[in-house]
Amino acid sequence: MFKTFPIRSPLQTGGVKKTINTWARALPSWVVYSVGMLPALIAFYQGATGGLGAEPIKALEHELGEFGLKLLIIGLMITPLRVYGKIQLFKFRRAFGLLAFIYVMLHFAVWALLDLGDVALIWADLTKRPYIILGMIALVMLIPLAATSNNYAQRAMRGGWGLLHRLTYPVALLSGLHFIWLRKGFQIEPLAYFAVIAALLLLRVPAVQRVLRRG
Amino acid sequence: MAKRWQNDLGAADITTEAVFMNRRAVLAGMAAGAAVGLTGTAAQAADAGAPNDWDDITSYCNYYEFGTGKDDPKKYAHTLTTTPWSIKIDGLVDRPGTYDLGQILDKMTIEQRIYRFRCVEAWSMVVPWDGFELADLLQMAGVKSDAKYVAFETVARREEMPGLRYPVLDWPYVEGLRLDEAMHPLTLMATGIYGKPMPNQNGAPIRLVVPWKYGFKSIKSIVRITLTDRQPPTAWNKANGREYGFYSNVNPTVDHPRWSQATERKLGGGLFSRRQPTLMFNGYDKEVSKLYAGMDLRKFY
Repeated sequence: MFKTFPIRSPLQTGGVKKTINTWARALPSWVVYSVGMLPALIAFYQGATGGLGAEPIKALEHELGEFGLKLLIIGLMITPLRVYGKIQLFKFRRAFGLLAFIYVMLHFAVWALLDLGDVALIWADLTKRPYIILGMIALVMLIPLAATSNNYAQRAMRGGWGLLHRLTYPVALLSGLHFIWLRKGFQIEPLAYFAVIAALLLLRVPAVQRVLRRG
Repeated sequence: MAKRWQNDLGAADITTEAVFMNRRAVLAGMAAGAAVGLTGTAAQAADAGAPNDWDDITSYCNYYEFGTGKDDPKKYAHTLTTTPWSIKIDGLVDRPGTYDLGQILDKMTIEQRIYRFRCVEAWSMVVPWDGFELADLLQMAGVKSDAKYVAFETVARREEMPGLRYPVLDWPYVEGLRLDEAMHPLTLMATGIYGKPMPNQNGAPIRLVVPWKYGFKSIKSIVRITLTDRQPPTAWNKANGREYGFYSNVNPTVDHPRWSQATERKLGGGLFSRRQPTLMFNGYDKEVSKLYAGMDLRKFY
């Protein structure tokens, strides 16, 4: 350790890394699923009991969407963390991906059923509003990914599976744009999300990977 | 001159409002049904007319100088110093000058106005404002005959308003009205809500309320009023002219480019509250449509 990373303190980086990897090995995935569902349960509970303010529907809708976006980002971080950080969280990738899917579906359900609650309004938005259309495309692209997230599909599809699951890249990109587009004025928060997504996608570009490996 | 307009909202429901202790000029809401008649049944109309409670009105605010979150203004606006306060009135007026708010209020009659308030984001509430007509203030300063527009400016103090660090809008916030809109008896300078002084997050100590326009026209914490012969720049129009026009009258038939304006949801209805149809000029059609006679409201949105 000391010889490989002479600049950093082995106690700090190596130690933390080791701890994370040890914990990750011991932690079963169902814990990630259970903890991952807590924010949704809490948000619904708060919404139903007045804890989300004067406009609980919008608050819930935004909360679920933003958490879904966070989960998508975590999913995109797993491979770079392994390659560049030697942190092994690979066994949770499916959990994060499926949780992201669940949150996006809940976000959609709250929008369709509670926020609009009217087929004509939903249809009008889906055909007229660019940011809604972007979000909807991202949601639709997530459906085959969730459907093929099991071991059986993964084995049966062989190389095609990895190719199909690259759809997470446009999904993240569209979700980030969806977020930027719905805000009024020039706001930092959605732009920060988008910057993180863009950086994580850049790490997928072969030329960028070559430079990073050499460095 | 006060009492030029009678409240048409909320009289039936206001007695159930526990916070609302200081009722002053609540008149029988004989026109309540008529004003919101487009929504259909009497039950719906009554529902649309019930004022929102104090907590909803003061906790769900757009005041970007204190942050873009709806709860940011309530959290951070306490830092704003509102006494002493003065308003600079200049431009095409007979008596320009810096007027102390106390001196202004000595000359004005405060009355209650229960108005629908419709945000451009498609939520709405009903607010029992306290205030006086802008027309009275303008008459105090003396409007010159060549004045055609009124420009307003919000206070901008970096040390008291954390949101000014971010270029969400081109600060200070500015707004404007055509002179006839400004002189309309519905146009209010509000100094309080529910008989209490205006909370900072709602635009203390004095703000504009133009009930037939989207909420962002009702500029908060006013420090300057300028009479001019040219259409003044307005903050949201400068930020995105395609989405926010100078007029910004509530109009269910002209959509915001990114969302529909046909419906709105009144705050305070909980997780299962439904949307209600948005009314032309926010239900003040009868009072204000003549201001826009012959104008193409799609073009002048």
